[in-house]
Amino acid sequence: MAEWLKDVEPLTLKGRIAVPYSWWVGDTGSRFLMSLRDDRKILGTKCPSCGTVFVPPRKNCGRCFVDIEEWVEVAAEGVIEAHTIVHYAYPVQPVKPPFAYALIKLDGTDVGFLHLIKKDLDKIKNGLRVKAKFKEERTGSILDIDSFELI
Amino acid sequence: MDNAAIVGVAQTKYERRKKDQILADLVFDVTRAALDDAGLAIGDIDSVVTVSNDFFDGRTISGMAVGDAAGGEDKNISTVSGDGAFGAFYGLMRVLSGYKATIVVAHYKGSEGSVPITTNGMFDPIFHRHLGIDAISAAALQADAYMARFGIREEDVAQVSVKNHGNAKNNPYAQLPMDITVADVMKSRKIAEPLKLLDCCPISDGAAAIIIANEEIAARTKKKPVWVKGVAHCCEEYFLGDRRLSDPVALQDAARRAYAMAGITDPMAEIDVAEVLEPFSYMEPLWLEGLGFCKPGEGAHLIEKGITTMGGRLPVNPSGGALSANPILVAGLARLIEATLQVRGEAGDRQVKNAATALAHGFNGPCGQSHCVWIMGGKK
Repeated sequence: MAEWLKDVEPLTLKGRIAVPYSWWVGDTGSRFLMSLRDDRKILGTKCPSCGTVFVPPRKNCGRCFVDIEEWVEVAAEGVIEAHTIVHYAYPVQPVKPPFAYALIKLDGTDVGFLHLIKKDLDKIKNGLRVKAKFKEERTGSILDIDSFELI
Repeated sequence: MDNAAIVGVAQTKYERRKKDQILADLVFDVTRAALDDAGLAIGDIDSVVTVSNDFFDGRTISGMAVGDAAGGEDKNISTVSGDGAFGAFYGLMRVLSGYKATIVVAHYKGSEGSVPITTNGMFDPIFHRHLGIDAISAAALQADAYMARFGIREEDVAQVSVKNHGNAKNNPYAQLPMDITVADVMKSRKIAEPLKLLDCCPISDGAAAIIIANEEIAARTKKKPVWVKGVAHCCEEYFLGDRRLSDPVALQDAARRAYAMAGITDPMAEIDVAEVLEPFSYMEPLWLEGLGFCKPGEGAHLIEKGITTMGGRLPVNPSGGALSANPILVAGLARLIEATLQVRGEAGDRQVKNAATALAHGFNGPCGQSHCVWIMGGKK
Protein backbone atom coordinates (compact mmCIF):
# COMPACT_ATOMS: atom_id res chain seq x y z
CA MET A 1 0.00 0.00 0.00
CA ALA A 2 1.16 3.52 -0.77
CA GLU A 3 2.90 5.04 2.29
CA TRP A 4 0.77 8.18 2.49
CA LEU A 5 -2.46 6.13 2.41
CA LYS A 6 -1.46 4.29 5.59
CA ASP A 7 -1.88 7.50 7.60
CA VAL A 8 -5.42 8.28 6.47
CA GLU A 9 -8.76 6.49 6.20
CA PRO A 10 -8.94 5.14 2.61
CA LEU A 11 -12.02 6.42 0.80
CA THR A 12 -14.86 4.15 -0.25
CA LEU A 13 -17.86 5.23 -2.29
CA LYS A 14 -21.12 3.45 -1.55
CA GLY A 15 -23.33 2.16 -4.33
CA ARG A 16 -26.18 -0.24 -4.87
CA ILE A 17 -27.45 -1.78 -8.06
CA ALA A 18 -31.16 -2.46 -7.70
CA VAL A 19 -32.61 -3.26 -11.09
CA PRO A 20 -36.28 -4.24 -11.16
CA TYR A 21 -37.05 -7.33 -13.23
CA SER A 22 -40.34 -8.95 -14.22
CA TRP A 23 -39.54 -12.49 -15.23
CA TRP A 24 -42.31 -14.05 -17.32
CA VAL A 25 -42.69 -17.46 -15.77
CA GLY A 26 -43.66 -19.14 -19.05
CA ASP A 27 -46.43 -21.67 -19.68
CA THR A 28 -44.77 -24.60 -17.90
CA GLY A 29 -43.70 -22.70 -14.79
CA SER A 30 -47.02 -20.82 -14.64
CA ARG A 31 -49.03 -24.03 -14.56
CA PHE A 32 -46.81 -25.32 -11.73
CA LEU A 33 -47.01 -22.14 -9.65
CA MET A 34 -50.76 -21.64 -10.29
CA SER A 35 -51.33 -25.21 -9.16
CA LEU A 36 -49.46 -24.48 -5.91
CA ARG A 37 -51.50 -21.30 -5.46
CA ASP A 38 -54.96 -22.52 -6.44
CA ASP A 39 -54.99 -26.25 -5.65
CA ARG A 40 -52.11 -26.87 -3.22
CA LYS A 41 -50.91 -29.50 -5.65
CA ILE A 42 -47.36 -30.13 -6.87
CA LEU A 43 -47.12 -30.86 -10.58
CA GLY A 44 -44.25 -32.38 -12.53
CA THR A 45 -43.63 -33.29 -16.15
CA LYS A 46 -42.50 -36.63 -17.55
CA CYS A 47 -40.00 -37.05 -20.36
CA PRO A 48 -41.46 -39.28 -23.11
CA SER A 49 -38.01 -40.66 -23.89
CA CYS A 50 -36.22 -41.44 -20.60
CA GLY A 51 -39.30 -41.36 -18.38
CA THR A 52 -37.74 -38.94 -15.87
CA VAL A 53 -40.35 -37.07 -13.85
CA PHE A 54 -39.06 -33.55 -13.27
CA VAL A 55 -40.22 -31.25 -10.50
CA PRO A 56 -40.27 -28.30 -10.90
CA PRO A 57 -41.61 -29.26 -14.33
CA ARG A 58 -39.50 -28.77 -17.42
CA LYS A 59 -40.72 -27.99 -20.94
CA ASN A 60 -37.95 -30.11 -22.45
CA CYS A 61 -35.56 -32.81 -21.35
CA GLY A 62 -31.94 -31.65 -21.58
CA ARG A 63 -30.71 -35.23 -21.41
CA CYS A 64 -32.80 -36.61 -24.30
CA PHE A 65 -33.19 -33.24 -26.03
CA VAL A 66 -36.89 -33.71 -26.67
CA ASP A 67 -40.09 -31.79 -25.83
CA ILE A 68 -42.01 -32.83 -22.73
CA GLU A 69 -45.79 -32.66 -22.85
CA GLU A 70 -47.03 -35.10 -20.20
CA TRP A 71 -48.06 -33.59 -16.85
CA VAL A 72 -48.21 -35.66 -13.67
CA GLU A 73 -49.40 -34.75 -10.20
CA VAL A 74 -46.71 -35.75 -7.73
CA ALA A 75 -46.98 -36.32 -3.99
CA ALA A 76 -46.58 -33.45 -1.56
CA GLU A 77 -44.30 -35.70 0.46
CA GLY A 78 -41.08 -37.53 -0.08
CA VAL A 79 -37.64 -38.41 1.24
CA ILE A 80 -34.72 -36.16 2.22
CA GLU A 81 -31.76 -36.92 -0.05
CA ALA A 82 -29.37 -34.26 1.23
CA HIS A 83 -29.65 -31.40 3.69
CA THR A 84 -27.74 -28.61 5.38
CA ILE A 85 -28.53 -26.56 8.45
CA VAL A 86 -27.67 -22.94 7.73
CA HIS A 87 -26.21 -20.79 10.49
CA TYR A 88 -25.31 -17.56 8.65
CA ALA A 89 -27.67 -14.76 7.69
CA TYR A 90 -27.86 -12.54 4.62
CA PRO A 91 -30.70 -10.46 3.23
CA VAL A 92 -32.11 -12.80 0.54
CA GLN A 93 -32.91 -15.65 2.94
CA PRO A 94 -36.70 -15.90 3.47
CA VAL A 95 -36.31 -17.05 7.07
CA LYS A 96 -33.98 -16.32 9.97
CA PRO A 97 -31.24 -18.91 10.61
CA PRO A 98 -30.93 -21.54 11.79
CA PHE A 99 -33.01 -23.29 9.14
CA ALA A 100 -32.32 -26.08 6.67
CA TYR A 101 -32.21 -26.57 2.94
CA ALA A 102 -33.01 -30.04 1.67
CA LEU A 103 -33.08 -31.82 -1.64
CA ILE A 104 -36.27 -33.87 -1.37
CA LYS A 105 -37.22 -36.71 -3.69
CA LEU A 106 -41.01 -36.35 -3.82
CA ASP A 107 -42.85 -39.62 -4.31
CA GLY A 108 -43.34 -40.28 -8.01
CA THR A 109 -40.42 -38.08 -9.14
CA ASP A 110 -36.84 -38.76 -10.22
CA VAL A 111 -35.02 -35.55 -9.23
CA GLY A 112 -34.35 -33.69 -6.00
CA PHE A 113 -36.72 -30.82 -5.13
CA LEU A 114 -34.95 -27.96 -3.35
CA HIS A 115 -36.83 -26.41 -0.45
CA LEU A 116 -36.74 -25.31 3.18
CA ILE A 117 -37.16 -27.12 6.49
CA LYS A 118 -37.77 -24.77 9.41
CA LYS A 119 -38.61 -27.06 12.35
CA ASP A 120 -37.08 -30.04 14.15
CA LEU A 121 -33.63 -29.17 12.83
CA ASP A 122 -31.96 -31.44 15.37
CA LYS A 123 -33.94 -34.41 14.06
CA ILE A 124 -33.25 -34.01 10.32
CA LYS A 125 -31.53 -36.95 8.67
CA ASN A 126 -31.17 -38.04 5.08
CA GLY A 127 -33.70 -40.78 4.36
CA LEU A 128 -36.43 -39.34 6.61
CA ARG A 129 -39.83 -38.55 5.13
CA VAL A 130 -41.14 -34.98 4.94
CA LYS A 131 -44.39 -33.35 3.87
CA ALA A 132 -45.08 -29.96 2.27
CA LYS A 133 -46.75 -27.32 4.42
CA PHE A 134 -48.60 -24.81 2.25
CA LYS A 135 -49.05 -21.17 3.21
CA GLU A 136 -52.57 -19.93 3.87
CA GLU A 137 -52.06 -16.90 1.64
CA ARG A 138 -50.59 -17.99 -1.65
CA THR A 139 -49.44 -15.78 -4.51
CA GLY A 140 -48.07 -18.12 -7.17
CA SER A 141 -44.51 -18.50 -5.88
CA ILE A 142 -42.20 -21.32 -4.87
CA LEU A 143 -42.72 -19.93 -1.35
CA ASP A 144 -46.44 -20.84 -1.52
CA ILE A 145 -44.96 -23.97 0.01
CA ASP A 146 -43.91 -22.51 3.34
CA SER A 147 -41.53 -25.38 4.05
CA PHE A 148 -41.37 -29.13 4.49
CA GLU A 149 -41.95 -30.80 7.85
CA LEU A 150 -40.82 -34.16 9.18
CA ILE A 151 -43.62 -36.73 9.12
CA MET B 1 -3.78 -29.53 -31.97
CA ASP B 2 -0.98 -27.10 -32.84
CA ASN B 3 1.51 -26.49 -30.07
CA ALA B 4 0.78 -23.60 -27.74
CA ALA B 5 2.51 -22.62 -24.52
CA ILE B 6 2.12 -20.44 -21.50
CA VAL B 7 5.08 -18.07 -21.78
CA GLY B 8 4.35 -15.48 -19.10
CA VAL B 9 2.53 -15.47 -15.75
CA ALA B 10 1.84 -13.01 -12.95
CA GLN B 11 -0.24 -12.79 -9.79
CA THR B 12 -0.86 -10.14 -7.16
CA LYS B 13 -0.64 -11.08 -3.53
CA TYR B 14 -4.15 -12.12 -2.52
CA GLU B 15 -5.55 -10.09 0.38
CA ARG B 16 -8.82 -9.53 2.21
CA ARG B 17 -8.97 -5.85 1.21
CA LYS B 18 -6.87 -4.05 -1.35
CA LYS B 19 -7.64 -0.50 -0.35
CA ASP B 20 -5.13 1.32 -2.53
CA GLN B 21 -5.81 -0.26 -5.92
CA ILE B 22 -8.93 -0.25 -8.07
CA LEU B 23 -9.61 -3.18 -10.43
CA ALA B 24 -7.84 -1.53 -13.36
CA ASP B 25 -4.76 -0.91 -11.19
CA LEU B 26 -4.57 -4.61 -10.34
CA VAL B 27 -5.04 -5.54 -14.01
CA PHE B 28 -2.34 -3.13 -15.16
CA ASP B 29 0.15 -4.52 -12.62
CA VAL B 30 -0.34 -8.17 -13.57
CA THR B 31 -0.43 -7.42 -17.30
CA ARG B 32 2.92 -5.63 -17.11
CA ALA B 33 4.38 -8.28 -14.80
CA ALA B 34 3.31 -11.12 -17.15
CA LEU B 35 4.92 -9.29 -20.08
CA ASP B 36 8.12 -8.79 -18.06
CA ASP B 37 8.05 -12.47 -17.07
CA ALA B 38 7.81 -13.46 -20.74
CA GLY B 39 10.30 -10.83 -21.94
CA LEU B 40 7.67 -9.53 -24.35
CA ALA B 41 6.38 -6.01 -25.04
CA ILE B 42 2.72 -5.04 -25.23
CA GLY B 43 3.19 -4.73 -29.01
CA ASP B 44 3.87 -8.48 -29.17
CA ILE B 45 0.36 -9.21 -27.89
CA ASP B 46 -2.35 -9.35 -30.55
CA SER B 47 -5.34 -10.58 -28.56
CA VAL B 48 -6.72 -9.87 -25.09
CA VAL B 49 -9.16 -11.90 -22.99
CA THR B 50 -10.41 -10.47 -19.71
CA VAL B 51 -12.11 -12.58 -17.06
CA SER B 52 -14.67 -10.18 -15.67
CA ASN B 53 -18.12 -10.56 -14.11
CA ASP B 54 -20.64 -7.75 -14.20
CA PHE B 55 -22.49 -8.79 -11.05
CA PHE B 56 -19.34 -9.22 -8.97
CA ASP B 57 -17.74 -6.04 -10.32
CA GLY B 58 -20.90 -3.94 -10.01
CA ARG B 59 -20.74 -2.59 -13.54
CA THR B 60 -22.17 -3.55 -16.91
CA ILE B 61 -19.89 -5.00 -19.65
CA SER B 62 -17.26 -5.07 -16.95
CA GLY B 63 -14.46 -6.25 -19.26
CA MET B 64 -14.53 -2.88 -21.04
CA ALA B 65 -13.52 -1.12 -17.81
CA VAL B 66 -10.21 -2.97 -17.61
CA GLY B 67 -9.43 -3.14 -21.35
CA ASP B 68 -6.99 -0.23 -21.31
CA ALA B 69 -5.18 -1.66 -18.28
CA ALA B 70 -4.88 -5.04 -20.04
CA GLY B 71 -3.21 -3.42 -23.05
CA GLY B 72 -6.33 -3.93 -25.16
CA GLU B 73 -6.74 -0.36 -26.38
CA ASP B 74 -5.88 -1.09 -30.04
CA LYS B 75 -6.54 -4.83 -30.00
CA ASN B 76 -9.09 -7.56 -30.35
CA ILE B 77 -10.50 -7.89 -26.82
CA SER B 78 -13.31 -9.91 -25.35
CA THR B 79 -14.41 -11.33 -22.04
CA VAL B 80 -15.18 -14.60 -20.33
CA SER B 81 -17.58 -14.17 -17.43
CA GLY B 82 -16.62 -17.30 -15.54
CA ASP B 83 -13.68 -18.98 -13.88
CA GLY B 84 -10.21 -18.07 -15.14
CA ALA B 85 -9.44 -21.67 -16.19
CA PHE B 86 -12.18 -21.17 -18.82
CA GLY B 87 -10.81 -17.71 -19.70
CA ALA B 88 -7.47 -19.39 -20.38
CA PHE B 89 -9.24 -21.97 -22.54
CA TYR B 90 -10.70 -19.15 -24.64
CA GLY B 91 -7.25 -17.55 -24.82
CA LEU B 92 -5.84 -20.83 -26.10
CA MET B 93 -8.56 -20.98 -28.78
CA ARG B 94 -7.53 -17.49 -29.90
CA VAL B 95 -3.96 -18.67 -30.40
CA LEU B 96 -5.08 -21.86 -32.16
CA SER B 97 -7.20 -19.75 -34.51
CA GLY B 98 -4.27 -17.66 -35.66
CA TYR B 99 -3.37 -15.01 -33.10
CA LYS B 100 0.25 -15.13 -32.00
CA ALA B 101 -0.01 -14.21 -28.35
CA THR B 102 -3.05 -13.77 -26.14
CA ILE B 103 -2.96 -12.25 -22.69
CA VAL B 104 -5.63 -13.57 -20.33
CA VAL B 105 -6.21 -11.41 -17.28
CA ALA B 106 -8.60 -12.14 -14.40
CA HIS B 107 -9.54 -9.74 -11.60
CA TYR B 108 -11.79 -9.81 -8.56
CA LYS B 109 -12.44 -7.75 -5.46
CA GLY B 110 -14.55 -9.67 -3.01
CA SER B 111 -14.17 -6.81 -0.55
CA GLU B 112 -16.37 -4.52 -2.64
CA GLY B 113 -19.61 -6.46 -3.11
CA SER B 114 -21.62 -9.23 -1.46
CA VAL B 115 -20.65 -12.83 -2.23
CA PRO B 116 -23.92 -14.45 -1.03
CA ILE B 117 -26.18 -11.95 -2.79
CA THR B 118 -24.19 -12.29 -6.00
CA THR B 119 -23.98 -16.08 -5.93
CA ASN B 120 -27.71 -16.28 -5.11
CA GLY B 121 -28.10 -14.59 -8.49
CA MET B 122 -26.68 -17.62 -10.31
CA PHE B 123 -29.74 -19.68 -9.34
CA ASP B 124 -33.03 -19.88 -11.20
CA PRO B 125 -35.11 -16.76 -10.45
CA ILE B 126 -38.45 -18.58 -10.68
CA PHE B 127 -37.94 -21.73 -8.66
CA HIS B 128 -34.80 -21.33 -6.52
CA ARG B 129 -33.59 -17.81 -5.91
CA HIS B 130 -36.38 -16.87 -3.48
CA LEU B 131 -35.34 -19.76 -1.24
CA GLY B 132 -32.16 -17.80 -0.49
CA ILE B 133 -29.81 -20.52 -1.73
CA ASP B 134 -26.26 -19.28 -2.49
CA ALA B 135 -22.86 -20.79 -3.30
CA ILE B 136 -22.10 -21.71 0.33
CA SER B 137 -25.41 -23.38 1.18
CA ALA B 138 -25.38 -25.22 -2.16
CA ALA B 139 -21.85 -26.47 -1.44
CA ALA B 140 -23.03 -27.62 1.99
CA LEU B 141 -25.73 -29.73 0.32
CA GLN B 142 -23.07 -31.29 -1.90
CA ALA B 143 -20.78 -31.90 1.08
CA ASP B 144 -23.64 -33.63 2.90
CA ALA B 145 -24.58 -35.76 -0.12
CA TYR B 146 -20.95 -36.78 -0.69
CA MET B 147 -19.98 -37.42 2.91
CA ALA B 148 -23.19 -39.28 3.80
CA ARG B 149 -22.94 -41.51 0.71
CA PHE B 150 -19.41 -42.68 1.48
CA GLY B 151 -19.36 -42.38 5.28
CA ILE B 152 -16.72 -39.63 5.20
CA ARG B 153 -16.25 -37.91 8.57
CA GLU B 154 -15.93 -34.15 9.07
CA GLU B 155 -12.47 -34.81 10.53
CA ASP B 156 -11.44 -36.45 7.24
CA VAL B 157 -12.14 -33.36 5.14
CA ALA B 158 -10.81 -31.06 7.88
CA GLN B 159 -7.36 -32.49 7.09
CA VAL B 160 -7.54 -30.81 3.68
CA SER B 161 -7.88 -27.42 5.35
CA VAL B 162 -4.95 -28.20 7.68
CA LYS B 163 -2.77 -29.30 4.74
CA ASN B 164 -3.63 -26.41 2.43
CA HIS B 165 -3.31 -23.63 5.00
CA GLY B 166 0.04 -25.19 5.94
CA ASN B 167 1.15 -25.29 2.30
CA ALA B 168 0.19 -21.62 2.00
CA LYS B 169 3.08 -20.77 4.33
CA ASN B 170 5.35 -21.52 1.35
CA ASN B 171 3.39 -19.30 -1.04
CA PRO B 172 4.12 -15.56 -0.85
CA TYR B 173 0.90 -14.82 -2.80
CA ALA B 174 -1.42 -16.68 -0.37
CA GLN B 175 -3.80 -14.80 1.89
CA LEU B 176 -4.14 -17.24 4.79
CA PRO B 177 -0.97 -19.17 5.63
CA MET B 178 -1.84 -20.85 8.93
CA ASP B 179 -0.70 -23.53 11.34
CA ILE B 180 -3.96 -25.17 12.32
CA THR B 181 -5.08 -28.59 13.51
CA VAL B 182 -8.07 -30.79 12.74
CA ALA B 183 -9.38 -29.82 16.19
CA ASP B 184 -9.21 -26.12 15.20
CA VAL B 185 -11.29 -26.83 12.09
CA MET B 186 -13.77 -28.92 14.08
CA LYS B 187 -14.36 -26.23 16.69
CA SER B 188 -14.58 -23.34 14.21
CA ARG B 189 -17.97 -21.64 13.81
CA LYS B 190 -20.67 -23.60 11.97
CA ILE B 191 -21.52 -21.95 8.65
CA ALA B 192 -23.80 -24.44 6.85
CA GLU B 193 -23.49 -27.97 8.20
CA PRO B 194 -21.28 -29.89 7.69
CA LEU B 195 -19.18 -26.87 6.64
CA LYS B 196 -17.47 -24.88 9.36
CA LEU B 197 -15.58 -21.62 8.99
CA LEU B 198 -12.23 -23.33 8.43
CA ASP B 199 -13.75 -25.63 5.79
CA CYS B 200 -14.54 -22.51 3.74
CA CYS B 201 -12.42 -20.20 1.60
CA PRO B 202 -11.88 -16.59 2.65
CA ILE B 203 -13.14 -13.55 0.73
CA SER B 204 -10.22 -12.24 -1.31
CA ASP B 205 -9.05 -9.45 -3.59
CA GLY B 206 -6.54 -10.00 -6.38
CA ALA B 207 -5.68 -10.41 -10.03
CA ALA B 208 -3.65 -12.73 -12.24
CA ALA B 209 -2.52 -12.90 -15.87
CA ILE B 210 -1.04 -15.39 -18.29
CA ILE B 211 0.28 -15.07 -21.82
CA ILE B 212 -0.48 -17.96 -24.16
CA ALA B 213 1.57 -17.99 -27.37
CA ASN B 214 2.16 -19.96 -30.53
CA GLU B 215 5.48 -21.66 -31.29
CA GLU B 216 6.91 -18.65 -33.12
CA ILE B 217 6.55 -16.38 -30.06
CA ALA B 218 7.41 -19.16 -27.60
CA ALA B 219 10.76 -19.60 -29.36
CA ARG B 220 11.89 -16.13 -28.24
CA THR B 221 10.48 -15.65 -24.75
CA LYS B 222 12.65 -15.15 -21.68
CA LYS B 223 11.32 -18.08 -19.66
CA LYS B 224 11.04 -21.71 -20.61
CA PRO B 225 7.66 -22.18 -22.34
CA VAL B 226 5.27 -24.53 -20.58
CA TRP B 227 3.27 -26.43 -23.17
CA VAL B 228 -0.41 -27.28 -23.22
CA LYS B 229 -0.42 -31.07 -23.43
CA GLY B 230 -4.14 -31.59 -22.94
CA VAL B 231 -7.20 -29.55 -22.03
CA ALA B 232 -10.96 -30.11 -21.96
CA HIS B 233 -14.07 -28.89 -20.24
CA CYS B 234 -17.53 -30.28 -19.69
CA CYS B 235 -20.79 -29.16 -18.10
CA GLU B 236 -23.72 -30.87 -16.38
CA GLU B 237 -27.28 -29.94 -15.40
CA TYR B 238 -28.30 -26.55 -14.02
CA PHE B 239 -30.76 -27.55 -11.27
CA LEU B 240 -28.99 -28.99 -8.22
CA GLY B 241 -31.71 -31.61 -7.78
CA ASP B 242 -31.18 -32.96 -11.30
CA ARG B 243 -27.57 -33.84 -10.51
CA ARG B 244 -26.08 -36.57 -8.35
CA LEU B 245 -23.95 -34.15 -6.36
CA SER B 246 -21.60 -36.85 -5.04
CA ASP B 247 -20.77 -37.94 -8.58
CA PRO B 248 -18.91 -35.22 -10.53
CA VAL B 249 -19.65 -36.57 -14.00
CA ALA B 250 -18.68 -33.39 -15.85
CA LEU B 251 -15.26 -33.49 -14.23
CA GLN B 252 -14.84 -37.17 -15.11
CA ASP B 253 -15.59 -36.38 -18.72
CA ALA B 254 -13.31 -33.32 -18.88
CA ALA B 255 -10.48 -35.30 -17.27
CA ARG B 256 -10.92 -38.25 -19.60
CA ARG B 257 -10.66 -36.03 -22.67
CA ALA B 258 -7.76 -33.94 -21.33
CA TYR B 259 -5.85 -37.13 -20.47
CA ALA B 260 -6.55 -38.61 -23.91
CA MET B 261 -5.19 -35.47 -25.57
CA ALA B 262 -2.09 -35.56 -23.36
CA GLY B 263 -1.59 -39.30 -23.83
CA ILE B 264 -2.06 -40.00 -20.13
CA THR B 265 -3.38 -43.45 -19.24
CA ASP B 266 -2.48 -43.65 -15.53
CA PRO B 267 -2.90 -40.18 -14.00
CA MET B 268 -1.49 -41.11 -10.58
CA ALA B 269 1.71 -42.42 -12.18
CA GLU B 270 2.09 -39.79 -14.89
CA ILE B 271 1.09 -36.53 -13.18
CA ASP B 272 3.58 -35.05 -10.71
CA VAL B 273 1.54 -32.28 -9.07
CA ALA B 274 -2.06 -31.05 -9.13
CA GLU B 275 -3.62 -27.67 -8.41
CA VAL B 276 -7.38 -28.08 -8.03
CA LEU B 277 -9.98 -25.42 -7.23
CA GLU B 278 -11.29 -26.22 -3.73
CA PRO B 279 -13.04 -23.26 -2.11
CA PHE B 280 -14.49 -25.79 0.34
CA SER B 281 -12.42 -28.54 1.98
CA TYR B 282 -14.62 -31.49 0.86
CA MET B 283 -14.14 -30.45 -2.76
CA GLU B 284 -10.49 -31.49 -2.93
CA PRO B 285 -11.11 -35.23 -2.35
CA LEU B 286 -14.29 -35.16 -4.45
CA TRP B 287 -12.48 -33.55 -7.39
CA LEU B 288 -9.54 -35.96 -7.02
CA GLU B 289 -12.07 -38.78 -7.43
CA GLY B 290 -13.55 -37.08 -10.50
CA LEU B 291 -10.04 -36.66 -11.91
CA GLY B 292 -9.51 -40.41 -11.64
CA PHE B 293 -6.71 -40.35 -9.06
CA CYS B 294 -8.70 -42.84 -6.99
CA LYS B 295 -12.04 -44.60 -6.89
CA PRO B 296 -15.25 -42.82 -5.86
CA GLY B 297 -15.37 -42.41 -2.07
CA GLU B 298 -11.62 -42.87 -1.61
CA GLY B 299 -10.49 -39.26 -2.09
CA ALA B 300 -10.23 -38.58 1.63
CA HIS B 301 -7.87 -41.56 2.06
CA LEU B 302 -5.28 -39.93 -0.25
CA ILE B 303 -4.48 -37.27 2.31
CA GLU B 304 -4.53 -39.77 5.21
CA LYS B 305 -1.93 -41.86 3.40
CA GLY B 306 0.21 -38.79 2.77
CA ILE B 307 -0.16 -39.07 -1.01
CA THR B 308 -1.41 -35.49 -1.51
CA THR B 309 0.87 -33.78 1.03
CA MET B 310 4.15 -32.11 0.07
CA GLY B 311 6.63 -34.95 -0.38
CA GLY B 312 3.84 -37.38 -1.25
CA ARG B 313 3.38 -39.15 -4.57
CA LEU B 314 0.95 -36.48 -5.80
CA PRO B 315 1.20 -33.18 -3.93
CA VAL B 316 -2.14 -31.40 -4.31
CA ASN B 317 -2.36 -27.63 -3.97
CA PRO B 318 1.22 -26.84 -2.90
CA SER B 319 0.10 -23.20 -3.20
CA GLY B 320 -2.46 -23.59 -0.43
CA GLY B 321 -5.28 -23.61 -2.96
CA ALA B 322 -8.50 -21.65 -2.83
CA LEU B 323 -8.91 -22.41 0.88
CA SER B 324 -5.96 -20.07 1.41
CA ALA B 325 -7.11 -17.37 -1.05
CA ASN B 326 -10.22 -17.39 -3.20
CA PRO B 327 -10.39 -14.45 -5.55
CA ILE B 328 -13.40 -15.86 -7.44
CA LEU B 329 -12.75 -16.06 -11.24
CA VAL B 330 -9.03 -15.43 -10.65
CA ALA B 331 -8.76 -18.63 -8.62
CA GLY B 332 -8.85 -21.08 -11.54
CA LEU B 333 -6.27 -19.02 -13.43
CA ALA B 334 -4.10 -19.03 -10.29
CA ARG B 335 -4.22 -22.84 -10.34
CA LEU B 336 -2.94 -22.80 -13.93
CA ILE B 337 -0.21 -20.30 -13.03
CA GLU B 338 0.88 -22.46 -10.11
CA ALA B 339 1.00 -25.52 -12.38
CA THR B 340 3.11 -23.51 -14.85
CA LEU B 341 5.53 -22.39 -12.14
CA GLN B 342 5.87 -26.00 -10.98
CA VAL B 343 6.82 -27.20 -14.48
CA ARG B 344 9.27 -24.32 -14.84
CA GLY B 345 10.85 -25.26 -11.52
CA GLU B 346 10.17 -21.72 -10.29
CA ALA B 347 7.68 -22.42 -7.51
CA GLY B 348 10.14 -21.43 -4.77
CA ASP B 349 9.52 -22.99 -1.36
CA ARG B 350 6.40 -24.74 -2.67
CA GLN B 351 8.28 -26.43 -5.55
CA VAL B 352 7.58 -30.13 -6.08
CA LYS B 353 10.81 -31.92 -7.04
CA ASN B 354 11.12 -32.92 -10.70
CA ALA B 355 7.64 -31.72 -11.61
CA ALA B 356 7.54 -32.48 -15.34
CA THR B 357 3.78 -32.81 -15.77
CA ALA B 358 1.26 -30.73 -13.83
CA LEU B 359 -2.53 -30.71 -13.70
CA ALA B 360 -4.59 -27.55 -13.16
CA HIS B 361 -8.34 -27.44 -12.63
CA GLY B 362 -11.05 -24.81 -12.37
CA PHE B 363 -14.84 -24.90 -12.24
CA ASN B 364 -17.90 -22.75 -12.84
CA GLY B 365 -21.33 -22.81 -11.32
CA PRO B 366 -22.67 -24.15 -8.03
CA CYS B 367 -21.07 -27.36 -6.74
CA GLY B 368 -18.85 -27.59 -9.82
CA GLN B 369 -21.47 -27.52 -12.55
CA SER B 370 -18.77 -27.34 -15.21
CA HIS B 371 -15.11 -28.20 -14.95
CA CYS B 372 -11.99 -27.36 -16.96
CA VAL B 373 -8.88 -29.57 -16.76
CA TRP B 374 -5.41 -28.61 -18.03
CA ILE B 375 -2.35 -30.82 -18.39
CA MET B 376 0.87 -28.82 -18.67
CA GLY B 377 4.33 -30.12 -19.53
CA GLY B 378 7.87 -28.93 -20.14
CA LYS B 379 8.27 -30.63 -23.51
CA LYS B 380 6.40 -29.93 -26.74
